[in-house]
Amino acid sequence: MYSYSDFDEAFVRARVAQFTHQVERRLDGSLTEDEFRPLRLMNGLYLQLHAYMLRVAIPYGTLSPRQMRQLAYIADTWDKGYGHFTTRQNIQFNWPKLPDVPAILSALADVEMHAIQTSGNTVRNVTADHFAGAAADEIEDPRPYAELLRQWSTDHPEFQFLPRKFKIAITGAPHDRAVTKAHDIGLRMVKNAAGETGFEVIVGGGLGRTPMIGMTVRDFLPVEDLLPYVEAVLSVYNTLGRRDNKYKARIKITLHETGKEEITRLVEERFAELRPLFGGNDQKLLADIREAFAPPAFGNAPTDAFDAFYKADPAFRAWADTNLAAHRNDQYAIVTISTKAHGATPGDATSDQMRLIADLAEAHGHGDIRISHEQNVILPHVHKSDLPAIHAQLLKAGLATANVGLVSDIIACPGMDYCALATARSIPIAQEIATHFDAVKLEHEIGPLKIKISGCINACGHHHVGHIGILGLDRAGVENYQITLGGDGSEDAVIGEKTGPGFAYDEIVPAIDRILRAYLDLRASPEETFLMAYRRVGMEPFKTALYGAEGSRNAA
Amino acid sequence: MSRRFTPKVVTANRLREGDVVYLAADDRWTPHHHEAELIEDEAHAQLRLLHAASQRLEVVGAYLADAKAGANGPEPTHFREAFRTRGPSNYFHGKQADLTSPRA
Ligand code: HEM
Ligand code: SF4
Repeated sequence: MYSYSDFDEAFVRARVAQFTHQVERRLDGSLTEDEFRPLRLMNGLYLQLHAYMLRVAIPYGTLSPRQMRQLAYIADTWDKGYGHFTTRQNIQFNWPKLPDVPAILSALADVEMHAIQTSGNTVRNVTADHFAGAAADEIEDPRPYAELLRQWSTDHPEFQFLPRKFKIAITGAPHDRAVTKAHDIGLRMVKNAAGETGFEVIVGGGLGRTPMIGMTVRDFLPVEDLLPYVEAVLSVYNTLGRRDNKYKARIKITLHETGKEEITRLVEERFAELRPLFGGNDQKLLADIREAFAPPAFGNAPTDAFDAFYKADPAFRAWADTNLAAHRNDQYAIVTISTKAHGATPGDATSDQMRLIADLAEAHGHGDIRISHEQNVILPHVHKSDLPAIHAQLLKAGLATANVGLVSDIIACPGMDYCALATARSIPIAQEIATHFDAVKLEHEIGPLKIKISGCINACGHHHVGHIGILGLDRAGVENYQITLGGDGSEDAVIGEKTGPGFAYDEIVPAIDRILRAYLDLRASPEETFLMAYRRVGMEPFKTALYGAEGSRNAA
Repeated sequence: MSRRFTPKVVTANRLREGDVVYLAADDRWTPHHHEAELIEDEAHAQLRLLHAASQRLEVVGAYLADAKAGANGPEPTHFREAFRTRGPSNYFHGKQADLTSPRA
């Protein structure tokens, strides 16, 4: 795992000291709120509906057990004993008090963490495939490149005041678990005809009020060219981006308005200027970073215990079937720990749960923990013989829900229970859907399905790329929920389509129930997933299920 | 442009803790919505908002929120403001836990 250099350490400590002073000056009145607000946002501190909210970056979703324990300590000491993992591989604390924030940032610095650039019009936390370095289908671990990008972008003087926030996601595998096509820049490792690794560079994806799938501006970028190329994209965007209109300021709009050809030409031109300026120091740095991400020393032991348990224990089998993924070493498995127990708040973990996960990672997981953009926690390297013990401990802690990738594994943004921008609640909708499908025992029957919920058009909950997306709106002073179908955040990314008029708060769970029962009726076979069925039959049968034959015609 | 003025309360978040407060008629900041001053006159509302905005060491982000008269004092008219009087719906946190309100 990457450790801070002396420079990183000094930099983060200096920022904590600076912000400590800024908080003091706000509290004694030397700074007004207007002066203070941008300073607190530069340090990840928001003011939300009921309290402050501190957003802490988890670079490329990777955490050590020590860091996880420190997050638990922060939750216990300065918050309410839990933290919220987000779709951007951050953790949010929902209840810090302003005078305590310097102490929290200092506690984070003790474990090489910070909240810098988790807000503001800068390059945000670089996110990555949560199975990076472990997945069976991976070309190369993308995290060294993510770390290189993080170091390059942190406090980059040219990119502190971009037209709008800027999000980069990276994956090393052909199966896209990082939603690269919905980011400002998506980087996908590919191999060229000569067998060399490089990146497909996708630009201009994004969700929010104008969702767009990114466009490929380079099919193959040699890995050595990564920094100058990304810098070229950012510098073109920094010049052309619409600063006159916040809603048109994202690079997706720039790309759309300027045209892919022209943007590509400008980027390539700028790249040609920048390339010689990167004299090779970035490659030296990358070599050092790579060493820090060397794979763990995998053990070699029989996996019979796993096979025996799998045969004998149905609960273990169900969990293994949904929550394990293929590791590149076939004695090993990738374990996804669901934070979505039926009725729980998606993405929340209590401090006790965080400590248990840290213990498990240490005892059985080579000390590696990941946070997924789907708001779950992952132990990427577990020997199969350790799985029964892990499952038993997770079970005791309420963390063994066998639902990864199923109807209750919902992404939900904080919505109006926490977020000042929200137009409706998200969390209770997720809780009720999960509880309902657990009660009617249809979860496993329905099979792979991604439901994603946002509480406003900003789309933090990724609803546009949910197989079923739910968007909470305010319709004349009451909560109303709009449904989209057929979205997909994978390598075949698609934006979902609206079904028609929205549903009131107490109508939304029955509406989702109708959609899924219609799917069960019309699917060609149990192997045909909801998304496959939707692609085959289209919107019509679901509209009928939602609005009736008459309503379906009217809604069309 | 002028729309008919509807009753308002002045609300904000406390600077140190971040929690939701309301301006009472006696200039106190109260956590209880029903203790807020219900303002029926537009000019008076602007004055009270100015007063709130001057309390820079006390509160942040003061604004006028719609309200109506209720049996025990002002009540919110929009669900967002109703949530702000309580706290989140997924946990018993925020005001619903911090206040032992007889009206809870
Ligand atoms: C509660 C505090 C939050 C606030 C104030 C907030 C604010 C915003 C805003 C203003 C946008 C729209 C930006 C634009 O289109 O330019 C946005 C988008 C987004 N946010 Fe949040 N957000 C919050 C929490 C979260 C959480 C908890 C997550 C993850 C669960 C998240 C992930 C995202 C994502 C993925 C997008 C859309 C992707 C895109 O940038 O195109 N945000 N958020
Ligand atoms: S989608 Fe809207 S409501 Fe949800 S967290 Fe984002 S900004 Fe808040």
